[in-house]
Amino acid sequence: MNYIRYVLDHLQKDLRLEWRSRDSINGMLFFVLLVVVVFAIAFDPAGYPTVTRQISGGILWVGLLFASMTALNQSWTREQRNQVLEAQRMAPSPASALFVGKALANMIFVLVVEAALAPIFVIFFNLQVLGDARLLAIILPLGTWALVVNGTFFAALGLRARNRELLLPLILLPLSLPAILMMVQATTGVLTGDLDSIQVRNWITQLAGYDIIYTTVCVLLFETVLNAE
Amino acid sequence: MERPSFFRNAGLAWLLATVAVLIIGFRQAIFIAPPEETMGNLHRIFYYHLAHAILSLVFPYVNLAASLAYLYWRRRDPLKALGADALAVASAEVTALYAGICLATGMLWGKPAWGIWWAWDARLTTELLLFLLYVSYLLLRKFSPTGQTSVLSAVLAIFAGIDVPIIYMSIQWWRTQHPAPVFGPNGGGVDPRFVPAVLWNLAGWTMWGIFLIGFRFALERRRQLAEQEAALLAIEASLEIPQ
Repeated sequence: MNYIRYVLDHLQKDLRLEWRSRDSINGMLFFVLLVVVVFAIAFDPAGYPTVTRQISGGILWVGLLFASMTALNQSWTREQRNQVLEAQRMAPSPASALFVGKALANMIFVLVVEAALAPIFVIFFNLQVLGDARLLAIILPLGTWALVVNGTFFAALGLRARNRELLLPLILLPLSLPAILMMVQATTGVLTGDLDSIQVRNWITQLAGYDIIYTTVCVLLFETVLNAE
Repeated sequence: MERPSFFRNAGLAWLLATVAVLIIGFRQAIFIAPPEETMGNLHRIFYYHLAHAILSLVFPYVNLAASLAYLYWRRRDPLKALGADALAVASAEVTALYAGICLATGMLWGKPAWGIWWAWDARLTTELLLFLLYVSYLLLRKFSPTGQTSVLSAVLAIFAGIDVPIIYMSIQWWRTQHPAPVFGPNGGGVDPRFVPAVLWNLAGWTMWGIFLIGFRFALERRRQLAEQEAALLAIEASLEIPQ
């Protein structure tokens, strides 16, 4: 129970910091909007509705992936100001609580962006969902968590590196490729209605498995990374 | 510093044995194995491709084991931990090399056999992702701050080691076009006339991989020792300055 209270404290702190500056969410929102516009210009979604339906799942996730990467680095840079991170290392609370709190906060930011993005996406791409749209309510959070949990972890890992802005995508992308495959397949399956429900459910199960495995590994190894010296 | 000459002699003997086996393997693959019925001489690249493909799936586990050993010994026995770290670098570099050769020989075969250099088929994609993972591991070693390189890369190695089976499973679901597996329960098997070439090449490239890892390991150990001596000298020099 104590552990949950620590996590909630960290979460509350991150949310309050974000509420005061609103840097991450504003940056991500505008970034994803730009990605959508760029892709819409590149592929002409109005002319080819079927093709649009097939590629829009991928475009959505690519945009979210790049947007969340811009926010993930910032979320740890905040802790470096005034040596807050050193204080966190000395604190008696478990180190992984800091990680879980921050991952949850990042998750909430990206979910807010997704909620704002969904209507824009439907309008700009003239999108009509042919499959069971309620499944998206499961796929989006699972996929977001897969990106955010590893992203938060590797942003902390590369925190003291020489060029951390470059390092994060270089190590996060190869690791996330199977998760990206799973979430894009599931999303595209729902949007086009081509995959039958068993296949979609299989992708969702795999994604959930990926989330569970990597959340466990991240929580177990975070203390090692925080105290890497 | 005095180097034990035993290791040098053993390494030299191993290298000579490796070259001998590779020469036999080359002769078996290029001159002795008969042309294949449908592919003709094209199948000869398969002996190199198969050996590198199998080994590029074995060496990641050497890297994973060395990284786990490093994290275990980090606080308990720092000297052993340094050795484990050197083994981790060596095996990661050889993994990236072997996966790269596997991809290159696969493409050389794919162009005449399939008519295309590359297909987004299950095994090809898996191998490509494996290659990308270990290149990113090596990049992290290059970019990470001094003093933290070993810990951070050991952590990434654990992630990568877990990722390999996940990649394999998920892509298996996605698509399959590669020729069926050769060994294992679903394997197509190899015609007995081709078996000696397969085995000699597999043995030769395994020995060559082990030699490369050993050589890189020795190199990394020397670098570590030189670093330690430099640090010791710096400490002694700082003690001699009259305060």
